Amino acid sequence: MDLIVCLKQVPDLQQIRIKRETREAVTEGVPFVFGEMDKNALEEAIKIKEKLGGKVTALSIGSPKLRDTIKEALAAGADQAFLMIDPQFDNLDSAAKAALLAGAVRKMGQFDLIFLAEGSADNYSGQTGPRLAQLLNLPFINYVKQVEPGSGTVRAVRNMEGHFETVEAQLPAVIAVTSGINQPRIPSLMQILRASKKPITELKPADVLANPSQVSEKQVVMVSNLAPVEQRKMVVLEGATDDNITSLVNSLVKEGVLRS
Amino acid sequence: MAGILVFCENDDTTVELLSKGKELKSALGGQVAALVLGVAPEEKAKQLLAYGADTLYVARGDVFASINADIYSDAIAQAANNYGLDTVLVGSTRAGKEIAGMVAQRLGAGCVTDAIDIKLKDGALLVDRYCLGGATIASLTVKTPKQVISVMPRTFEASAKGLEQSQVVAFSPTLQPPKQNVVEKQEKKGESTPIEAAETLVCIGRGINDKKDLPMIEELAKAMQGEIGCTRPLTHDIQWYPESREVGLSGKKCKPALCLSIGISGQIQHTVGIRNAKIIAAINKDKNAPIFKTADYGIVADLYDVVPKLTQKIQAMGSK
Repeated sequence: MDLIVCLKQVPDLQQIRIKRETREAVTEGVPFVFGEMDKNALEEAIKIKEKLGGKVTALSIGSPKLRDTIKEALAAGADQAFLMIDPQFDNLDSAAKAALLAGAVRKMGQFDLIFLAEGSADNYSGQTGPRLAQLLNLPFINYVKQVEPGSGTVRAVRNMEGHFETVEAQLPAVIAVTSGINQPRIPSLMQILRASKKPITELKPADVLANPSQVSEKQVVMVSNLAPVEQRKMVVLEGATDDNITSLVNSLVKEGVLRS
Repeated sequence: MAGILVFCENDDTTVELLSKGKELKSALGGQVAALVLGVAPEEKAKQLLAYGADTLYVARGDVFASINADIYSDAIAQAANNYGLDTVLVGSTRAGKEIAGMVAQRLGAGCVTDAIDIKLKDGALLVDRYCLGGATIASLTVKTPKQVISVMPRTFEASAKGLEQSQVVAFSPTLQPPKQNVVEKQEKKGESTPIEAAETLVCIGRGINDKKDLPMIEELAKAMQGEIGCTRPLTHDIQWYPESREVGLSGKKCKPALCLSIGISGQIQHTVGIRNAKIIAAINKDKNAPIFKTADYGIVADLYDVVPKLTQKIQAMGSK
């Protein structure tokens, strides 16, 4: 099976700080990683390759740091990577990203399944998958917790709010995975070393799109992006003393929020 | 940008979006309409007559029996185009969110998903959503002539039922055959607890050492007449509770009067789910835990010392 996995590099969210004075997020110096669900998407493709044979291609768009970040995917088991790199590419609109991905996929030729995460780790906007599938006019199976490719078809279980839904579609198809589909592997040192020998192809927007300038047209503009103002009382007592517990209970009663 | 089209498969959210739509209509112009899709959509439309839509577009078909995002988004995009409705509001359920992306792609529209607020600014919509894993709230404006916004359920108040004033118009979209078929549907069992509607929420995290200790928490929750919510590791990593009890960015966003947080460090990915609580109280043994920065009241102590005493105290109050 020919499997494509779309991944997005994001600043490591665990390392993002908020500037107390301005409420701005500090991302300078924070390393880029792939999101947890992106790793789930990659892992699923690798598992299918191990079972049925074939090839796993990682496809990613981002700023020049991506040349480093991609090694993580190659070490985990992707056979090759296609990258589209530009200093502005960490902040593309979903529509632009989907257009680039669709263009790259067409350029890459034959494939059976495209995997990606149900949403990116940073924005969790969840638009790239649906838009990509529309552009390629392919079946899109979202929120997938289990995949079984057959011959010419794929069967997948979707995790919806109140139910699980098993669906069947023709190949090729686009599959967006949800967390919990698998446990992504941690690459060994040997795999990390071998990763640097795997082929990486860089594509330009002009290589994949008839109208590459569409990429820089912003459909959605960010007016501000700040941490919300926390207006909490922060009355904190130390120790599990009877007095402290009584005080807590009395405060909650006074606020009118404790039911007993 | 004339006209607003509302769609959600869930009636409560449809009513919430119609209520907001009515408010936005004055600035955007045009009408507020809802689209109802189904095998027998007329019944559903009847329920919506009195919630302020100018028009209810009703499309009937067996193809709408289960939600296929591709088919649904095709119908929604056609309705938006046919009737000149340039702003599409959908509920940000899982189905709604994927529909939003597809409708936007079909309309050549910019899209914002998981909106937590919509304001008017200079005649345009300013849409808020969480960003950077919940650390920040981004305010966004769509620049394309058409826009699609998926709104988190329970974001807006549903206005009261008014007069049955909506006109009902039959709509027949031209649809392609589905690209995928549902072969089986399985209800999730024992996962129906609506913790997002709970007035009192007792939230627990990895501070609980052992699954055997859960009855201690359950007793406290019972004394407080509260529901139990938890952080992601408890549903995904150690699976003590079903996903339906997960509170946070990838789980439920709750608006309880009281959230009592026990053994939770307070990472942003969890606290976005309790941010709208009226009062937050926290118990954690680490006095530097970020949860105390987002709490109204806190006790720095071992939860195993605090919880039994607290339960006893609240039980004693109830028996008075």
